[in-house]
Amino acid sequence: MTLALPTEPRDLASDWPLALYETLKAAGVGLMAYVPDAGHSTLINLFGTDPDVVCNVLTTEEEGIAIAAGAWLGGMRSVVLMQSSGVGNCINMLSLPVQTRMPLLMLVTMRGEWDEFNPWQVPMGRATQAALEAIGVTVLRADTGADVVETVAQAVTMAFEGDQQIAVLIGQRLLGKKKW
Amino acid sequence: MVKPGMDRRAAVAELLAARKGALVVTGLGSPAYDVHAAGDEAANYYLWGAMGGAALVGLGLAQAQPAKRVMVITGDGEMLMAYGALATISVAAPRNLDVIVLDNGHYGETGMQVSHSGRGIDLAAVARASGFAETGVLRENAEVAGLCARLAQPAAGPRLFVLKIAAENLPRSLPPRDATHIKTRFRAHLGLTTC
Repeated sequence: MTLALPTEPRDLASDWPLALYETLKAAGVGLMAYVPDAGHSTLINLFGTDPDVVCNVLTTEEEGIAIAAGAWLGGMRSVVLMQSSGVGNCINMLSLPVQTRMPLLMLVTMRGEWDEFNPWQVPMGRATQAALEAIGVTVLRADTGADVVETVAQAVTMAFEGDQQIAVLIGQRLLGKKKW
Repeated sequence: MVKPGMDRRAAVAELLAARKGALVVTGLGSPAYDVHAAGDEAANYYLWGAMGGAALVGLGLAQAQPAKRVMVITGDGEMLMAYGALATISVAAPRNLDVIVLDNGHYGETGMQVSHSGRGIDLAAVARASGFAETGVLRENAEVAGLCARLAQPAAGPRLFVLKIAAENLPRSLPPRDATHIKTRFRAHLGLTTC
């Protein structure tokens, strides 16, 4: 992977995953758990090649919610990456961080809402924000690269210093149409 | 006379007496009562919900605290809800995570309905096939001392042991239900800030 040198001007429209990685690292995130998604692929690769970050690939998204709770019990900050289709899998497990008031930071790449070719993605895409809010998670949305970085930077504070459970939804308009 | 299975309270008390500073996470329901009955401690984290989360809370804790041993004590129904977690834990390959499954083959909290393990699913075999470093099945309380000695040895990876316990509902020994209290107490035990 080629990373932009610090001296080069960064275009957040395309380099936002790199800026997100740096933001999360600066916040002391030491554990990442994920179900793979194309929209998260750069971030997954950046964490995956970082020897200082523990990475867990999951069989289903709710596993990441439980792992994040355990990591916090042990003093480690974490981030959970998933696609909107995985949010529904998480709902009961989210009672753990909500009821224990443990920090939680989820980054959710959206499907089913913009230039979507697969109708099966639409129902969960439509339900994502409502489902998260129904269980008590605070939802923030970002639809540009710069907005994603700024939103996650403040979500880190709200989660890890403010004891909140935060999901940042990354709009499909930013991610673009799936190529296949 | 056919033995009805192991005495769960005695088995858990024996495992905890040999914990040597291990951090303990319990699954919801009877395993939490068993651990609480053996003596409440700040190093115990009791789940009251989040079914299917116990072993994975244990994984995150083990990864955050690699110098400490983490012991998850849960039931067969709770572990069955986290079948995929056996794959995730195996891939993560922590050397400080032990999962103890108290298996009575039933959902004791809800009226003793027969579980998958009561219908032949062998959780130790599933864990072994998933790549756990050590697995086993215990059927007698007399075997627990040997398990304690085995758990005291360094592990090459995650370990899972099934204890075939009697299907009975014992008097409840209830840990606090205040989720933030248990969290804060546990983190303070590790010297972490409370917020």
